[in-house]
Amino acid sequence: MTGTPTRTLLLWCPDWPVLAAEIVDGVPATGPVAVLHANRVVACSERARAEGVRRGLRKREAQGRCPQLTVVDHDPGRDARAFEPVVAAVEEVAAGVEVVRPGACALAARGPSRYLGGEEAAAERIIEHIAQTCAVESQVGIADGVFAAGLAARAGRVVPVGGTPGFLAGLPVEALGRPALADLLRRLGVRTLGDFAALPGGDVLARFGFDGALAHRLAAGRDHRPLAVRQPPADLAVTTDYDEPIDRVDAAAFAARTLAEQLHDRLAAHGLACTRLGIEAVTAHGQELHRVWRHDGLLTAAAIADRVRWQLDGWLSGSSGRSGARPARPTAGIIRLRLVPDGVLAQAGLQPGLWGERGEERERAHRALSRVQGILGPEAVVTAVLGGGRSPADQVRLVPWGDERLPARPGAPSEVGRSRDAGPTDRTGQPDRTGRSGGTGRSGGTGRSGGVVRSALPPWPGRLPPPAPAVVLPAPLAATVHDAVGEPVGVSARLLLTAAPARLVVGTAQPVEIVGWAGPWPVDERWWAPAEACRRARFQVCLADGTALLLAVESGQWLVEAIYD
Amino acid sequence: MAGRMVVGSAALAGLVRPASADPAGGHRMLPVAPELTGLLPNRGLRRGSTIAIATGQPRHSGGTSLVLALLAEASRAGSWCAVVGVPTFGAGAAAEAGIALDRLALVPQPGPDWPTVVAALIDGVDVVVAAVPAAVSASIANRLAARARQRGSVLVPYGRWDGADVTLQVVRGVWEGLGQGRGRLRRREVTVAARGRGAAARPKEIKVWLPGDGLTRVIPRSATVPAASVTGRSTAGRLRPVPAVPTPDAPPHHRPLTLVGPP
Repeated sequence: MTGTPTRTLLLWCPDWPVLAAEIVDGVPATGPVAVLHANRVVACSERARAEGVRRGLRKREAQGRCPQLTVVDHDPGRDARAFEPVVAAVEEVAAGVEVVRPGACALAARGPSRYLGGEEAAAERIIEHIAQTCAVESQVGIADGVFAAGLAARAGRVVPVGGTPGFLAGLPVEALGRPALADLLRRLGVRTLGDFAALPGGDVLARFGFDGALAHRLAAGRDHRPLAVRQPPADLAVTTDYDEPIDRVDAAAFAARTLAEQLHDRLAAHGLACTRLGIEAVTAHGQELHRVWRHDGLLTAAAIADRVRWQLDGWLSGSSGRSGARPARPTAGIIRLRLVPDGVLAQAGLQPGLWGERGEERERAHRALSRVQGILGPEAVVTAVLGGGRSPADQVRLVPWGDERLPARPGAPSEVGRSRDAGPTDRTGQPDRTGRSGGTGRSGGTGRSGGVVRSALPPWPGRLPPPAPAVVLPAPLAATVHDAVGEPVGVSARLLLTAAPARLVVGTAQPVEIVGWAGPWPVDERWWAPAEACRRARFQVCLADGTALLLAVESGQWLVEAIYD
Repeated sequence: MAGRMVVGSAALAGLVRPASADPAGGHRMLPVAPELTGLLPNRGLRRGSTIAIATGQPRHSGGTSLVLALLAEASRAGSWCAVVGVPTFGAGAAAEAGIALDRLALVPQPGPDWPTVVAALIDGVDVVVAAVPAAVSASIANRLAARARQRGSVLVPYGRWDGADVTLQVVRGVWEGLGQGRGRLRRREVTVAARGRGAAARPKEIKVWLPGDGLTRVIPRSATVPAASVTGRSTAGRLRPVPAVPTPDAPPHHRPLTLVGPP
């Protein structure tokens, strides 16, 4: 590439990791602070530097030089988060900002300097604006190319046009930011960037490789890389104000439809689609109601309208029938509606399935299920997602139709759906006798099936092997178990039965004879959290009428958890 | 020449099928698991038909497993299914039976809108399983059956239902694998009876493993019953290759589990 490098203005905030720690975590940067990564100092505050703390020192050495040093862990995410308002503030003054790294951002100097009347004036204006809006100290350097501008910013200089090679020539080779190369150059007798730039380019490439050749170009002030300017995110939210407060459901539905179409059109104009949707409403009395809806696919205009209508319906009618989590009915009508798309991604079009999986049948089923949701409410139509867990009820999460299908706990259930396709898997295993969660015991039953690699998912030792019960009771039924002479059967702390179970009484029903039983299979879950701890022993019993049940004993109480129907 | 023609047509006879039977029937038919085909008049779930599943003679003797087995093959083939009014539905068992859970919608609490919800689902879902509430009038039942016939869905009422094309009922279920203090539930031998109208008028009865262990699914009629169900010494559960009939290690007339009627 030929031509002169872009005239670049670089804004640099000194000791940014320290400042970020102050902004995010509230560590006062005026005191001696050092940010450490892998036991080495990455950045330190002015006070700490005055005490002799330098970059690259070990923690113990730094604390030895400055005993009252506050040590903060390095967190690149925190640095980037804290820098975001600074970039936004720069964007208020000038357009086209590239974030070089957290703590430094570059922009083309030509626009702001012409608009603000000179490069020095632009630099002063930007520094002042950032100091006022973000209360952050910064320095600005202007030179040809990002590399030279970065070095100029450390000196707080404005390098005149064409003076960049001369400015760079006086700097030491360490300024390249490549310690290994700088060390080698120094031993070869090349001490400044000017010396390095004077070497023939072909020889540098042959001796130091591509990275060396790039460093050579930078040292000579030929930094041709254009700025990778970030695009400020487009404002996609749609808002409508209503002169007449909406307090009827049909009016709300009508409003929802128009707003949904607006949002969909705006997203489509940007070639985007959203997977989550935030709906905010403000009532005449100033109440604000907000809810985020998730969706497993891309939200179409009709789907957006449905969700807005359901939510407004729920609020305005106050029908907190099935889910008690709905907010109370607002005291006044809605005067402002706002739809905020979330989880926005590029709309590349949906790929239809080859064998009709996503074809007409899916559309038909979606319409029917949405209709049922319209009749009964969005939470009345659910799909089941299998996840990890030890009891049959724990493994299943019911998600409302249309939401993302995510399990409640990670972990694949035992050979689900593959029982016929899989080869000869081991099915002889008993439930793990030591089903203590958090332990490192081998997984019982299914975990030993040879050849099945399930590394990323937790194994859930102590889970019952298949077959799974076909009837899972939402709330377990209380029961009592008696032995042959009519005494209640209990389980000791050492998992010993007081007697063999012989009769089962569920609720107030007649006693039924137990003809087969197995257990106890203990499970001790979340013993580290007393509020959620659960210690049970489980049994499978077969009754004289052919019914098979899954029983559990919890603190002396027998419960019917599930029925093998 | 004539001889060659005869030979040629005889060879073709095996290849040529009646033109009307397969395309129409295959299009209007949802598949079921091969062991259940004998119970249904068209060896599958005919679209538009009503196939009722009556609750078993002792309750909880396999009705839900029969529903799952009936849906499994259709769901695996890509059909959409819905289950209305079963709050105790065991999704784990459904997945083990082979039902695709992402194409299975559950409406656990339809409430008083039961007929509306079932009718709406019949419009869009291929197989609708509906637990029948206590009071469903004959006119509502007829209307739903007619709607299913018109829309080409299969209605599977679970409970008491008059006028179904076929009614399946579990008459006996015997678990095996559980002993006195040892073993675990492995599989259940279930006797399913079918009665119905028209082509299905003749009562039929078969025995299947529900849930099975994936290896032996159908129990041939001539087979003697494996009798070790409560002794925990079942050899059947450990048979690894494909033994169609587990050899009994007890006399065939010895039936250790006797039915004692509803609890």
